[in-house]
Amino acid sequence: MSNEVTAEILGTHILELARTGRRLDGRGIDDYRPVSVEPGFAAAADGSALARIGATAVVCGVKLEPGKPFPDTPNAGVLTTNAELVPLSNAMFEPGPPHPRAIEVSRVIDRAIRAGEAIDLAKLCVTPGEKTWVCYVDVHVIDHSGNLIDAGSLAALTALTHATLPSKRFSLGDDSPLAVQHYPVETTFCRLGDAIVVDPSLDEELACQGRLTIATDEAGNVVAMQKGLVGAFSPDDIKSLADRAFRHGDRMRKIATGA
Amino acid sequence: MGSVGAKEVPVLLSPDGKRIDGRRLDELRPLKIVAGALHQADGSAFVEWGANKVMAAVYGPREVHPRHLQQNNKAIVQCKYNMAAFSVDERKRPGLDRRSQEISKVISEAFESVIFVEEYPRTSIDIYIEVLQANAGTRCAGVVAASVALADAGIPMVDLLPSVAVGKIGGAIALDLKKEEDNFGEADMPMALVPQSGRLVLLQMEGHMTAEELGRSLDLGVQGCRSIYEVMKQALRDRYQVGGGAAQEVGA
Repeated sequence: MSNEVTAEILGTHILELARTGRRLDGRGIDDYRPVSVEPGFAAAADGSALARIGATAVVCGVKLEPGKPFPDTPNAGVLTTNAELVPLSNAMFEPGPPHPRAIEVSRVIDRAIRAGEAIDLAKLCVTPGEKTWVCYVDVHVIDHSGNLIDAGSLAALTALTHATLPSKRFSLGDDSPLAVQHYPVETTFCRLGDAIVVDPSLDEELACQGRLTIATDEAGNVVAMQKGLVGAFSPDDIKSLADRAFRHGDRMRKIATGA
Repeated sequence: MGSVGAKEVPVLLSPDGKRIDGRRLDELRPLKIVAGALHQADGSAFVEWGANKVMAAVYGPREVHPRHLQQNNKAIVQCKYNMAAFSVDERKRPGLDRRSQEISKVISEAFESVIFVEEYPRTSIDIYIEVLQANAGTRCAGVVAASVALADAGIPMVDLLPSVAVGKIGGAIALDLKKEEDNFGEADMPMALVPQSGRLVLLQMEGHMTAEELGRSLDLGVQGCRSIYEVMKQALRDRYQVGGGAAQEVGA
């Protein structure tokens, strides 16, 4: 039997279960899989974390080094986020230039950190117009079992909150903690018929009729959103999903900061 | 979006609630749509929206390139959104950057949500969007142009996809941001509506909005999309009225 056919049978089953509020792995509609983080996972990085959501595993490493500011923001640091969906994490990923899927994951994680102003970029400036810290946030997906955006965002926020500015290495004074000022995290939902489930597994993502990611911060703001995949959401759906995202976001923030 | 060290922030909202170009908060920029603006494409449309100029063309359903993307049970929808090097103040390096690729992906998915793709298995419906002059809201202008181009190509769809961005400027929720409002405002949220179902098939957002502001923004955007929908339908009526049907010249 081809993959297409098995996927279709499984998809139909997932949608049928959702009609009565059930999920393939026994979770409720608004339940995450078990979530955990391991800060400092990659010691060579200036900040790092391994984040797990169920069987999904993502490592984020933050590296900080001096560089040049952008000409239009001479007083601000530079933030660069990249996500790699490496072939070891799933049979559907192939080596080669980044797939639009990887670009989307990168950009959505970046959007939450940037628009949510997680880092105080002004504090990264060393000499206006000349020298600033460049903050590289690299996300490596090592086991893709669904919901890469939330896992990547959680790994990134954990890595950033535990990161050190390595001033000593570059003869710029003493090391200090990276100035994290806000705590944006992403919460992703998928539509399965009339049900909208949080934290989709890979099978649910493949069966779903639309995905919506909502990034919230600790001060009650929605800071980024992304609708993806084929499907649709009504304005009323989105309003109620924002409420759910704030609840889940608050829990994720505690996990990321170890509070 | 409040970028650190940026140039001086202009006053986006006057005390009497007028915007830098004199618009009200719920007012769209002037929108002009020409359906069938190109000769070679199966369907096309040209959109002038404020200072945006965007051309869209549709080819297909046709053979899938590259072949391995072919699906046995449906057509695939492949959108390529591209900005011309001269479309912005500082020359944009030509070619696909990550922003363009992300926009292409979400637009492809939005259209696959409304096209009857199961009618055309093993084919590709290719949508090309070229931004010739950009002034914020180019992905929305692209979706509007592509919708009209798809209809012009005779591709069966649930509905057209009117699209607009809503944002927050000077603390107020505003419809259809122009460049300065996008650069210096507090939030930007592009969306595309299926008028028939009232659902959104494209939604992105960045900036800061409370849950209450998000709700009002969604409502304002839906209202804006419904006005744009009328202009889109009129463009198609103009193209296909008796005696019409010939490709119309851009700028005529």
